[in-house]
Formats: sequence, C-alpha cells, structure tokens
Amino acid sequence: MKKASVIMIIGSLLLLGLFAFPLWNIELGAPQYPDPLGLNIHIDGIRGQNEFDVQNIDGLNHYIGMKVLPKSHEMWEFTWFPRINIAMVSLGVLFGLLGFLGKIKYQWFFGWFILMSILGVLGMYDFNLWMTDYGTNLDPKAILKLQNPDGTPMSYKPPLLGHSKMLNFDAYSYPRMGAYMMFAGMGLTFVAGLIGWKATKKS
Amino acid sequence: MKNIKYSLIALMGIALMISGCGNQNGNGSNKNGALSSNNAEKVYVAPGEYDEFYAFVSGGYSGNITVVGLPSGRLFKEIPVFSQFATSGYGYSEETKPMLNTSFGFVPWDDSHHPDISQTNGELDGRWVFINGNNTPRIARIDLTTFETTEIIEIPNSGGNHSSAFVTENTEYVIAGTRFAVPVPQRDMPINEMKGNFKGAVSFISVDQETGRMGIKFQILMPGFNYDLSHPGRGKSHGWHFLSTYNTEEAHSLMEVNASQNDKDFIAAVNWKKIEEYVNNGGGTMMPANYAHNVYDEHTHMATSTMKKEVLTVDPTEIPGAIYFLPTPKSPHGCDVDPTGEYIIGNGKLSADLTAHSFTKMIDAIENEKFDGEAYGIPILKFEDVLGGTVSSGGLGPLHTEFDDKGNAYTTFFISSEIVKWKVGTFEVIDRKPCYYSVGHLMIPGGNSQKPFGKYVLAMNKITKDRYLPVGPEMEHSAQLYDISGEKMELIYDFPTHGEPHYAAGCPAELLMANSKKIYRLEENKHPYGINNPSEARVERNGKEVHIYMSTIRSHFTPDNIEGIKVGDEVYFHITNHEQDFDVPHGFAMMGQNTSELLIMPGQTKTSIWLPKKVGVWPFYCTDFCSALHQEMQGYVRVSPANSDVELSWSLGED
Ligand SMILES: [Cu+2]
Repeated sequence: MKKASVIMIIGSLLLLGLFAFPLWNIELGAPQYPDPLGLNIHIDGIRGQNEFDVQNIDGLNHYIGMKVLPKSHEMWEFTWFPRINIAMVSLGVLFGLLGFLGKIKYQWFFGWFILMSILGVLGMYDFNLWMTDYGTNLDPKAILKLQNPDGTPMSYKPPLLGHSKMLNFDAYSYPRMGAYMMFAGMGLTFVAGLIGWKATKKS
Repeated sequence: MKNIKYSLIALMGIALMISGCGNQNGNGSNKNGALSSNNAEKVYVAPGEYDEFYAFVSGGYSGNITVVGLPSGRLFKEIPVFSQFATSGYGYSEETKPMLNTSFGFVPWDDSHHPDISQTNGELDGRWVFINGNNTPRIARIDLTTFETTEIIEIPNSGGNHSSAFVTENTEYVIAGTRFAVPVPQRDMPINEMKGNFKGAVSFISVDQETGRMGIKFQILMPGFNYDLSHPGRGKSHGWHFLSTYNTEEAHSLMEVNASQNDKDFIAAVNWKKIEEYVNNGGGTMMPANYAHNVYDEHTHMATSTMKKEVLTVDPTEIPGAIYFLPTPKSPHGCDVDPTGEYIIGNGKLSADLTAHSFTKMIDAIENEKFDGEAYGIPILKFEDVLGGTVSSGGLGPLHTEFDDKGNAYTTFFISSEIVKWKVGTFEVIDRKPCYYSVGHLMIPGGNSQKPFGKYVLAMNKITKDRYLPVGPEMEHSAQLYDISGEKMELIYDFPTHGEPHYAAGCPAELLMANSKKIYRLEENKHPYGINNPSEARVERNGKEVHIYMSTIRSHFTPDNIEGIKVGDEVYFHITNHEQDFDVPHGFAMMGQNTSELLIMPGQTKTSIWLPKKVGVWPFYCTDFCSALHQEMQGYVRVSPANSDVELSWSLGED
C-alpha cells in the first residue's frame, strides 16, 4: 500500500502540468498561411500559438460573423478550471498521504480517479459546447454567409479531436503537453488503485 | 523539418551540378548556352523555394536599389533611397520628406551607384547596406532588418560622390571620395584657374557599431584630381584605402582629350589609420560647412533632418607618410583589392592590360624611400617598384574586378564587352566570355570582401539591344548571370533590371532571412500622431490645421466619414495600420491630392497632407488590395466653404 500511495501522490502532482503547458491546440493552415495560425487552450485562457495569432484569427473570423475569441475573464471556465484542478491535486495528494499512513484504503484512489474522469468528461463536453456555439452562433450581419449544399448555414466549429476541412483551411485539433501530463497522472492514480487492491488481496 | 528539406535540396543540387559537369565534358561544345545544357535547372527556383543569394542592385539614375534573388533573377523589392517613390509614399509622406533634405533644400533624386554591405573582420555581416548618391553628394544607410533607408548624410566640399560607398573591414568607416575637384570652400572663381586651386575631398564617415549612425569624422583635402573608384585595404593592407584617379592633368575643358594626355595617372594609397591617429590627437582644421544629416527612427516612423555646420578637414601634406601615389597606366577606373589584401588592381580603361600593384612592394618602396618626385607634396612611388604583375588580356577597356573563393579574379572589359577570368598571383588568363553588351561592374557575392562566396558572377550591362522583346527605343538594362563554379565560366541566365544596374552587392540568403522583420510592433509605435487603438481615432482642428488620427484594419478606415473641413485648411491624415500580420499593408489615397498615395506597413503610422481646394464631398480609399472587401475600404470627406460653420465631426458604423 506504501508503493501505491507514492504513485498516487506522483500521479496527482502531474496534474500541475496544466498550469505550465497548454491543454489543447487548434491549428488552422491554408496555402496563404504557410506559418499556420494556432490557438493554445490553457487551463486559464486562450493564447495564440504565435504572438499575434489571436488577433489575426479574430480578423479572419469577423468576415463570417464569428465572435471575438474570449478573454480569460469572459468565461467562467477559465476561473473555475484552475481552482478545480488545484482541489483535485490537493485531494489526490491528501489521499496518497493518508494511504501511506494506512488511514484509508485503495478504494479512495479509485474514487478519486472516477471523480476526475467525470470532471474530465464534463470539461470536454463543455469545451465542445463552447466550440459549437463559437462555430455556429454567427452574427446575422456577417459579410460572408455560406451554406452547405443542403441549404443549412455552414458551421465553423473546429473538430474536438483530429482534422477537418473548413473552406480552404485545414483545422487540426489535438491535445498538448498539459493534457498528456493529466492523462499520465490519471493513469498513475488508476495504477495506484490497482497496486493497492493487489496488496490488500495478498495480505 | 525545413532544414532536412533544404539539405536534401542542396544534395540534389550538388548531384545536378556534378552530372551537369559530366555532360559538358562529354559533349565538349556548349555553343547555345542555356538551350543545350541544364542551365535552366541551375537558375530555376521552384515555386515556394528560396533563392540562395540576395543581390542589392543599384538603380543608377533611378536613385534606388532593387533587391533581386540569385540565381533566379526575381525582383523582390525596390528600396527607395535618394528618389521620391510614389509606390510607398517615400519622400512624399510628411515623415520621409526630411530624408531628402540637403543644403540645397529638397533634392528628390540622385544617382545611386555603389552599394556595399557592412563587414566584420572583413566578412559580410548583413547589418546594413551603404550606397552613394553621386549627384548631390550623399551616403545612405539601409537597414537590413527592415530593408528601408534609415539614414542619409550629405557630403560637403564634394562634387560627384563617385568613389564611394565602400566600407572598411570592420565597418569602421564608409569612404566617400569626390569625383569632381571643386573649390573648397566653394567660391566664385574663374574655371580656367582650377589647376592647383581646386581640391578633391575624401571623406571618412564613421559608423556607430551599435546603431549604424554615421558622422563625418574627417575629410582629406587631396589635390584637385578626379577620384574615380576606391576600395579599402584588407587583411595585411587593412588600415589603408586606395583610390584611382584620372585627370591628374587637371584639365578643365574637353576632358575626353585633355584628361587623357598622361600615360599614367595615380592610385592614391591612403594610410587612414595614421590620419585617424593624427585627428584623434587634435590634428586637422575645423572648417565651416553646411550639410544635412537625415535620420529615420523606426519607432517614431519619422525622419528628422539636422543641418551640420562644420567639418574637420585634413591637409595631407601635414602628415608625412600618410599618402602615396602609385603611378597606374591609362586613366585607371576600377580600383579593387584582392581578398588577401596584397594586390591592388588598377584597370586602365584606355588600355588592354590590368595593373596589379603589390602591397608588400609598396611598403618596401616606402621604407626605402624610393620616390619618383612628388605631386602637391605627396610622394610618388616608382611604377616598377610597386608593380606586382600585369594581366595581358587582349581585351579592351578593363573596368572592374571581383574575386572568387578559389584565388581567381574576374575583370570586366567595357569596350570588348567581355569578362576575363585570371589567376591572382600568376596573372595568367584562364577564361573569357562575352557579355551582351558593354558590361560595367560585375558582382560576386562577397566578391569585394575577404571571404567571397563564389559560385556566380553577375554582370551588369549598359546596353540591352536585342536581348528581349523590343519596347521602343529605350530598353531596361540587362544583367547576366554566369556560373563560375567550374574552371570555365558559363552564361546561364539574363534578366532585365530597373534603372541603371550600376553595381551590386550580394550575400547568402541565410545571412539576412532570420533577421528580416515581418511587422512593426504596434506597442512600440512612438509616432506622435499614431493611435494604438481604433477607439482613439479622432479629428482635431488647430486653426487652419486639421489633424485626422485614423486607423486601418481589414477592411475599413476609422473614421470613414469626416465633415467640417473647409477650403483653405491644411489637412493631415495620420494613418496607423493596426494589422499585426506579415505583409498586410493598407494604402491611402485622397482624390485630387497634390502628393502621392501612402502604403502603411502593419504597425506603422504615416502622414499625408491634403490641401482641399474645392467644395464638395470627396472620397478616399485603400490602394492596397488587402482583403475580399478591399473595394469597400473607403470613406468621404465633406469640404465646406472657407466661411462655413459646419461643425467638425466624424463617424464610423452609424446608419
Ligand atoms: Cu486595405
């Protein structure tokens, strides 16, 4: 159970990576943008991949009536996600310590993992909702109004994961270092639960 | 990833070259140049690929520089230097008008001849390009991060600033020698009394190593010959500067005949380190002068012109051992120093031979005081004592020499219209190839530094004739590109240039590419009339002056409707481009304006003056096709009678 607890602590601490590295990245490339424009989604806000990318993406998007990209204070997520993350890191470390001291059992580790997974899925769901709104809730006074072949208004929602073609732009949406550290951390906490479970079975 | 791609391309290039050489050796003859060989591949730069070298080609009478890629010959940019340039508003906008100020007032043109790239330790460093204005003597500095002219200094006591602008091996000085001897100081005197009374000023312009800022440190008042071309010593001859002369006869009329009577003129060898020391110790005479010093500030986006009131002059006879004359046959034109600094090549433009003076022999002759008289107190060395060798070429009218990376020299011959390749040291001719036609200068990237890059020679010709489709009596001059990677030169391409491609300077692309600016940062914009945010856009009246603080972004002006302007007002449009994206300028043009349009770069502010003369509602618009809605990028100014009481007002986006 000591080994499991150490892994639990390390796993939880890996979530701190979200404060240093971007969680997600959306990149927009086109022949007229040999250096693609890109957005890095951090836990506390959206930043350009290059210095002026946010301004230039906004500049492009205003033709099709997309909203200006939100500043950190304009979305509750960017205030609350860091707090939730800190809470989960603290909770994970606390569980680990208590496990180390033999005060709690491995089930708590699984409990943390399940809670984190639910929060993660909710986060992705929320992110997808925002992208849907951003890509489809367009200004009716937009200068360019494009339609799909079936007559419905065109959506500019970037893919949640992977590649999609939007007009002549190739949009790529992939996790970045912050997300990888979070996944690894969550994986470790799961492993911690497993090890704790095995240790209990043996004794 | 890009690096890998490039090295693959480089490997393919090498493979192509090797196979190309093999073909030539196999076939033996190669009569039709580009047609019969793989020359097309040698100059072909595929779409999206970059050229290997930048070339800065002077525009001669255009007063400008064009930036051209080698080997493709593609034109990238025209940099306005000494001439007003309606394309961008240079010399028309209020910010850049001071760049063309001189002691004669606004001189919106010059004759730009010799660009030279700054050097460190004798190698090109890619910081700046310097170029001379021949007509109203000036030296300009172009910043190679922005590729814009950022400084112009006028040269007093000078006439025909031809033997310039050449930089010493650490860009300590830019040297500017006068072509015409003139009275110093200028005065009313009979022309036929010029002999012994006119002077030839050679100016040493110091360069601040941080900012590039120029200042005339001293002027040597040489005898009244014509100083034609020059080059600094390098390596062992660093600290010396060499200038070819003609009209040592000091004739003043029918120069064609009268300036060509002496069999030998001189190359003047100037020990500038000695003169610098003399000046640093308080030597020289401060002389009243009046000359303009114009500096462009990249952050205020404005130029200022300051009139300087004195210049330090040096009488060469007061510094024994500082200057010597090397007799050089037949009115030498070019004066070129080989990369080792040992040979000073004087090309007698009325002869068939080249004269290579030996620096070592020169020093030896000076130490042993082997003089052959003097001219105006300056010792003349004996021709035989300093001669390092002669190239007996068989060509006619040698002008200019540049050097490759393998110890060879290449000299142009104007009269016989050819380039001759010869070996430095043995002076034997290796190869010769015709030029089409009447070649002046030639350029090898780095070919006048201690580290030539070789690979190509660019010949700049005076006459184009039948090279391209005819366009009436006037043809743009041609430049011709020779591959010099092999033993024999090969003409691989030619292309038209703009203006007179008098001379050029070239350097590897990677030396400049990484430092080239993509935008001006808006937050660093210190223009007094610039605005950092469209919400600051406004119109202010100050008596008859009206200042419009305007912003541009794809695809509108803020404000776009302005009322309350009156006939007789002086209207200043101060326009800030709020884009922060590479290569997204906006333009501005006002109907009936008596000046040019503007092109404003991202993050830049430029000002244009308009003097409304007619009552009405007059449109303005963006001239740079900036977006799908470029055509909608427009606005109106309402002009009311001078005595009208229409209130000043402006708007955007109101129905
Ligand atoms: Cu525009």
